Amino acid sequence: MSIRWRKRAGIALALLAGAAIPYVAPPVYVNLASEILIFGLLAMSIDLLLGYTGLVPLGHAAIFGVAAYVVAYLNARMGLSHTVAIPAGILGALIVSGVFGLLAVRTAGLYFMLITLAEGMLVWGLAYRWTSVTGSENGIGGITRPEFLILPWQFYYAVLVLFAVCAWMLHRIAHSPFGLTLRGIRDNEARMPMLGYNVTLHKFLAFLISGGFAGIAGAAYALYNRFVSPATVEFARSAEGVLMVILGGSGTLIGALLGSGLILLTRNVISLYTDRWLIVMGTLFVLVILFMPDGLLRGLERGVHRLRVAVSHLRFLGSLLRPIRSPTTAKEPAGEVPVPTRHETP
Amino acid sequence: MSPSFLVLQLLNGLSLAALYFMVASGFSLIFGLMRVANLSHGALYLISGYIGLTVVRSTGSFLLGLGAAVIAAVLLNILIKEGFLRFVRSRELSQVLLTIGLAFITGDLCLAIWGGVPTLIPIPSPLQGAMNLGLIAYPRYRLLLILIGASVAVALWLLLERTRWGAVIRAGVDDPEMVSALGIDIERVFLGVFVLAAILAGVAGVLGGALLGLYPGGDSDILLISLVVVIVGGLGSLQGALVGSLLAGFLEAIGKSMLPELAYFILFAPMVIILAFRPQGLVGRR
Amino acid sequence: MRRGHGMGFMLFMVVIALAIGCAPAGGPSGGARGPIRIGVLAPASGAFAANGQDMVRGWELWWKQHGNRVAGREVQWFHEDTASNPDVTLNKARLLVEQRGVHMLVGPLAANEGLAVAGYIKGTNVPFFMPVVSADDLTQRQRSPNILRVAGWTSSQVHHPFGEWACKQGYKTIVTLSYDFAFGHEVTGGFVNTYTDAGCKVLEQLWNPINEQDFSPYLTRIQALKPDAVFVAQSGAPAIRFFQAWAQFGLKDKIPLLANETLVDQHVLRGLQNPDIVVGIISAGHYAEGRESPATQEFVKAYMEAYGDIPSYYAAAMYTAAQWLTQAIEAVQGNVEDQKAFLDAIRKVELKDSPFGPEKLDEYGNPILNVYIRRVERRPDGRVWNVVLETIPNVSQFWKWDPEEYLKRPVYSRDYQPGFNPKK
Repeated sequence: MSIRWRKRAGIALALLAGAAIPYVAPPVYVNLASEILIFGLLAMSIDLLLGYTGLVPLGHAAIFGVAAYVVAYLNARMGLSHTVAIPAGILGALIVSGVFGLLAVRTAGLYFMLITLAEGMLVWGLAYRWTSVTGSENGIGGITRPEFLILPWQFYYAVLVLFAVCAWMLHRIAHSPFGLTLRGIRDNEARMPMLGYNVTLHKFLAFLISGGFAGIAGAAYALYNRFVSPATVEFARSAEGVLMVILGGSGTLIGALLGSGLILLTRNVISLYTDRWLIVMGTLFVLVILFMPDGLLRGLERGVHRLRVAVSHLRFLGSLLRPIRSPTTAKEPAGEVPVPTRHETP
Repeated sequence: MSPSFLVLQLLNGLSLAALYFMVASGFSLIFGLMRVANLSHGALYLISGYIGLTVVRSTGSFLLGLGAAVIAAVLLNILIKEGFLRFVRSRELSQVLLTIGLAFITGDLCLAIWGGVPTLIPIPSPLQGAMNLGLIAYPRYRLLLILIGASVAVALWLLLERTRWGAVIRAGVDDPEMVSALGIDIERVFLGVFVLAAILAGVAGVLGGALLGLYPGGDSDILLISLVVVIVGGLGSLQGALVGSLLAGFLEAIGKSMLPELAYFILFAPMVIILAFRPQGLVGRR
Repeated sequence: MRRGHGMGFMLFMVVIALAIGCAPAGGPSGGARGPIRIGVLAPASGAFAANGQDMVRGWELWWKQHGNRVAGREVQWFHEDTASNPDVTLNKARLLVEQRGVHMLVGPLAANEGLAVAGYIKGTNVPFFMPVVSADDLTQRQRSPNILRVAGWTSSQVHHPFGEWACKQGYKTIVTLSYDFAFGHEVTGGFVNTYTDAGCKVLEQLWNPINEQDFSPYLTRIQALKPDAVFVAQSGAPAIRFFQAWAQFGLKDKIPLLANETLVDQHVLRGLQNPDIVVGIISAGHYAEGRESPATQEFVKAYMEAYGDIPSYYAAAMYTAAQWLTQAIEAVQGNVEDQKAFLDAIRKVELKDSPFGPEKLDEYGNPILNVYIRRVERRPDGRVWNVVLETIPNVSQFWKWDPEEYLKRPVYSRDYQPGFNPKK
């Protein structure tokens, strides 16, 4: 079986496992699985900037939140239908990320982190301050769902499909010529203009695309949670999104889902057993960094690979007469080591 | 607007700036020299404040509390550096996750040990109340804070500009490889900077604990402000941290009293504008 | 180029499946008359952990005193941590209802936590009681038959009588300094409304962000305005910062301070190392831990014996809620499974006395209660507490207005502070 087919089989199996959740888990956990997918999507949108462009955004919860607030306001306060509210929410996120992106793209490194943080804090301030629209601390409740998405399992399947489609799209973007240019910027920003690339424009477009996906996640969140408040856009949320990406492994897209799962399960499930779940979460972070320095996804892949190698060793031991092949054929994990870049015009 | 009002707000801004400077300069030095964004710096501030509180409560001495806080902060920061950060050298994202993990653990330990009741460290009685400055009366404790902040700034400047050790640090900020190549043990310099940052954080923890109080979340509040200060000023430079602290302090004090309508935005809106037009901060170099 | 990460994705799903498999599944038990199961939502981590701990302790104290039994049935209660986060609160509420099969929910603390749960509860028949969440609209414009504010209060309710009282004391002009979010708006709106109706004048309203670091700029402004008194609404960490600045600037003896209920609640007073700052401060509250009544004093004594602290209003609210539920459960002979009858019984409960004083629900699901004008005084043991100066009995959330008329007005907000015209 070729690598490609193995990957395809893996995706099919994963989707199948995802589809099985409502059959094996009670509705509460089906809901939690939806939440993990939604925040996984937010984290994936962050990964497009973090893992592929080398920019760490600390204000993405604000973009996510703007979409959620727009959907909430149009749907719950003005009684507009979902066909209007949801696109308007995503559009709102796009507009906000356009403005944020324009202001932020000239910066790099920590300065980029900080300007996006500040932008996020402005939205957070607005959520508190613009009471007539946002309801301040009391938030906006009473968001409805379409008839066919009311039950947890219905909503979960919708989110699962949404997630899969968005993951596929983001994957295509990340591996298009445009995505390769982004990686070129990540690895050596100074070199790219000399090769004829408009770095600022690429960074801006990446920000806009990322913001769009964050907006999709935000709109889904509004329908999922049916309640939006300043806690939706607060700094801790933005930081959490980044943590999810680093935990899962930056530059892997789908790893973000692992990060989202780890953080949300710790907070919602470990906290059932101990009030000190934050210590557990902190310890998990430290352990992941010490033992899987390039994130959960690659760490687990490596673990599986080692297992397979061990199994094949056993097989070889069983048939000592045969010549021994070297079992180390897997490619090295990419980590934060720069991937060799190819330059193709976008 | 009366002159006394202006002087009052100026002093308000200065006293906040003094506190911010003590936390932010340590953060900035560590980043400037080692390229480590040590996000557990706020937790260091909080836990040393709590340790100071316990000592002040049991001995009744503010100075002993300060001493204990500084010792605790130094030990803890050495542990963070030698026990954890050395495994993630020059991997920025890993450092972020690692130091946030440590911050979560420390913050939650504080909650478990000291409870979550917001608490003020008691100020020694000679420092309570206000002092008459002629035009206005101003709190003694805040005046002392300004004095300490200014002394720290001067001392740091002398240390960095006038000593051999300072020259090594400055050279290290510009080009760490070069410093190593010159046969200087850069590791010892790194350790020295961590100790220095910890001393500042420990002092700030107790002084801040008496001004802003100790409470769960106090760690991330001060970290957020340190980030603002450092970035707006420019990373890795002492002048930058000073300019950033003053700006943040004055925005908090004067900005809020002049534009109370915009209190939620007074700190972050100027920051966005500054960084949009000066992507390297006010004093920063590329 | 195609590089999926199917393997990782699959592994993730395995992890999820494992997590779900290991998750506790309390599940409703089949027996018709098993224990009465009650879900308690309160933060045990995050910024409000200490307040949440008070809630749980007050609740626990009642049930310890009553052997975890009522009407012949055992009471099982499950406390879940809301993490001071509305999303987690909602998940925990679902978990308690759907997995643990609780008969009712009690809690949580913050308005956004309560509102997040309310949206979910409205779609069920599960009774939901909120002794702490005080967002006005939950028993006004957004009320719901199964959401009742048992032993609770609305933010503005307590401060309506306070505004009128303050004007009558001769404080003709005032400046307000409050939290810039819904709780601050509602508290201050209630105060300002009756204060100006009584003929007094609000000079200026100052609003500080909820994470305010330093109050000195506001105090400088207040000094410049020279009001007869200042009304301040804060709680938690900003409250102690306010007192720090207030004392340091020496305003304690210069400007009379009128406090909202939470500014001088025990959860704040406990954290002041030097309580001289607060002695003598006047406030209004539906709770006064120094009230001379057996119901309050026995509760305070028992609580201090069990936990060492003087109980805050958070503790008193949960204790009183347990008392309320006990009476209602007895009235239905323990049959909490009949949700409609049980809710009716809750509505009919009249507490002759409680740590808060006498209480009963109005038609909208909020208590009619005593409001106390309180003063902070030093106790013989050196601690401080609130004693009663004056009692205003039978205060409804609508004060003296007609409920239907009242509900036609908008809820108090920064833009709706009746009687205060910002443009002057």
